[in-house]
Amino acid sequence: MESGVFFSDYRNDAALRKMPLQKIRIGLFVLAVVIFPFFASPFLLNLANQIAIATVGALGLNLLVGYTGQISLGQGAFMAVGAYAAGIFTVRFGLPFYLSIPLASLMAAAIGLLFGLPSLRLKGLYLAIATLAAQQIVEWIITHWTGLTGGTEALVVPAPELFGVRLNRDFNFYWIGVTVAGLSALFVANLVRSRVGRAFVAIRDQDIAASAIGVNVFQYKLLAFATSSFLVGLSGALIANYRTIVTWERFTIETSILYLAMIIIGGLGSVSGSFFGAVLITLLPAVINTIGRNFQDSAPAIAAILPFVQQATFGLIIILFLILEPEGLAKLWRNVKDYFRVWPFSY
Amino acid sequence: MEVFLQLTLSGLSNGMVYALVAVGFVIIYKASDVINFAQGEFLTFGAYLSFAFLVQFGLPWSLGVLATMIVAGLIGLLVERLVLRPLIGEPVISMIMATIGLSSVLKALVNGIWGPRPRAFPAFLPSGEVEVFGAIVGADRLVTIGVAFTLLLLLTLFFRYTRDGIAMRAIADDQQAALSMGISIRRVLAVAWAMAAISASVGGIMLANIVGVGQEISVVGLKVFPVVILGGLDSIPGAIIGGAIIGLLEAYTGGYVGHGLNLIVPYIVLILVLMVRPYGLFGKEIIERV
Repeated sequence: MESGVFFSDYRNDAALRKMPLQKIRIGLFVLAVVIFPFFASPFLLNLANQIAIATVGALGLNLLVGYTGQISLGQGAFMAVGAYAAGIFTVRFGLPFYLSIPLASLMAAAIGLLFGLPSLRLKGLYLAIATLAAQQIVEWIITHWTGLTGGTEALVVPAPELFGVRLNRDFNFYWIGVTVAGLSALFVANLVRSRVGRAFVAIRDQDIAASAIGVNVFQYKLLAFATSSFLVGLSGALIANYRTIVTWERFTIETSILYLAMIIIGGLGSVSGSFFGAVLITLLPAVINTIGRNFQDSAPAIAAILPFVQQATFGLIIILFLILEPEGLAKLWRNVKDYFRVWPFSY
Repeated sequence: MEVFLQLTLSGLSNGMVYALVAVGFVIIYKASDVINFAQGEFLTFGAYLSFAFLVQFGLPWSLGVLATMIVAGLIGLLVERLVLRPLIGEPVISMIMATIGLSSVLKALVNGIWGPRPRAFPAFLPSGEVEVFGAIVGADRLVTIGVAFTLLLLLTLFFRYTRDGIAMRAIADDQQAALSMGISIRRVLAVAWAMAAISASVGGIMLANIVGVGQEISVVGLKVFPVVILGGLDSIPGAIIGGAIIGLLEAYTGGYVGHGLNLIVPYIVLILVLMVRPYGLFGKEIIERV
């Protein structure tokens, strides 16, 4: 009978997956992910792809907001940079997707570095407002630099191909999306338990103390901005290759808010939380739309108000999570696990 | 010269609407250190409320405006009680996200009650055109400037002479000391939110008179940020002057430069101010650096 989780040696303490049960659970999860596409309908596959892309973006934002404590409302702008860069590299220079996606992510990282510069002087809500301005400025540049981005017209990207196989089909893209999301999660999970990750957390918790114990706050803040924007740009580049069409409406301030909601609901400073949040926020509109279609014939009045219900639900979920469970779905999941681990002696 | 005057007056009238919304923002920030991302939705809600009272209930405009202000104030109270009070003492990100969630709920309410279509608004401000020093401007814009000035003057007096106004300043200055002097923070926060909602709703009514009622007027909510950063987050005169400067800048770049640059100028100003003088023109210098 266990009363909690205790370690008797350092190797065990430093492991990524500490408990045998965790290994079994992750194994089952991977198995489910591998089997899933062979049974899923195209609709579900499409949703799964959206979740995979959103997970990458949420991981990036969580690295910046959840781990380093730098509030950013510029997520949409960084995604836009990734998406447009990937599209332009493919259209203008004819680069294949496996080159254009990493290059676009690097580009987003560079822009992220640039917009991270104000963070050297600004903190908290001042930084949030600065990133809001960055978002507006990037949006404006994209819609007005017609020669490069196509302006308010859509930028059409040729479908990614490998050995003559079109990769933007739901089934084929699933493997790319899942692989990238998995690797990103592994990367973030490992990063945050390294020196860099601990420095990020130190800056979040108390920046003056962090600099007193030898963390170069300046350098690590910029590093956080660059790493975060790399992942965010990566998710943008994935969107460009999956949808094969890039429009600026996809990357407005609404997008920034959507991703902030994901990590708030999922759990700030949590890898699994980023995934949970991406799942919930992606499924919410899909579920409500499906309900709407079912009511279309029997009760058109209900179907008509559903878009507003969706908007209100989105806002209410954010507020309720903040008030009732500020640590998000990740904490709820932990509670469930703890309950069963120490059952029946929960105290 | 006429063009210049015309641009000046239209810029000023827009700027005064920004100032009205920004003042609500500043009041909340002063009292509770919360930045309110739902300020633009308060404005939209106010505009639609006045639309409902004037058109759907057929009230005369004086009663309609009064009713709008009362209902807006009640909504402000409700929001403070239900959303903000449970979050007192939480980190900045929680506060920001709570007001963002709130803005989503308010948007949905407006959409659900009045539908997404823009509506014609029975403009009750005089709509003729007036000649001022040779420039022709809409009378409604002049009235807007006048009304905004009066309201902002009243607010300044409120902060200087009334009990609640002084209590609000005391809390902004030092919460603990204010508490020990017997000031109720709950009451002051409730009053602050009610006043913010009311001033935004007046801005909404003004804007409805000039451009009509529609969802897109909540964009003004984002314009608030350049205004308050320029003026100083905790300064009411700053909000007024910041509103005027941003409104004028927009009008001049729109009139003389073009290329849609007027859409982005406020944010460029915002970034510059943050880099050079983060506390704005009139704000308190309390930014700490690392």
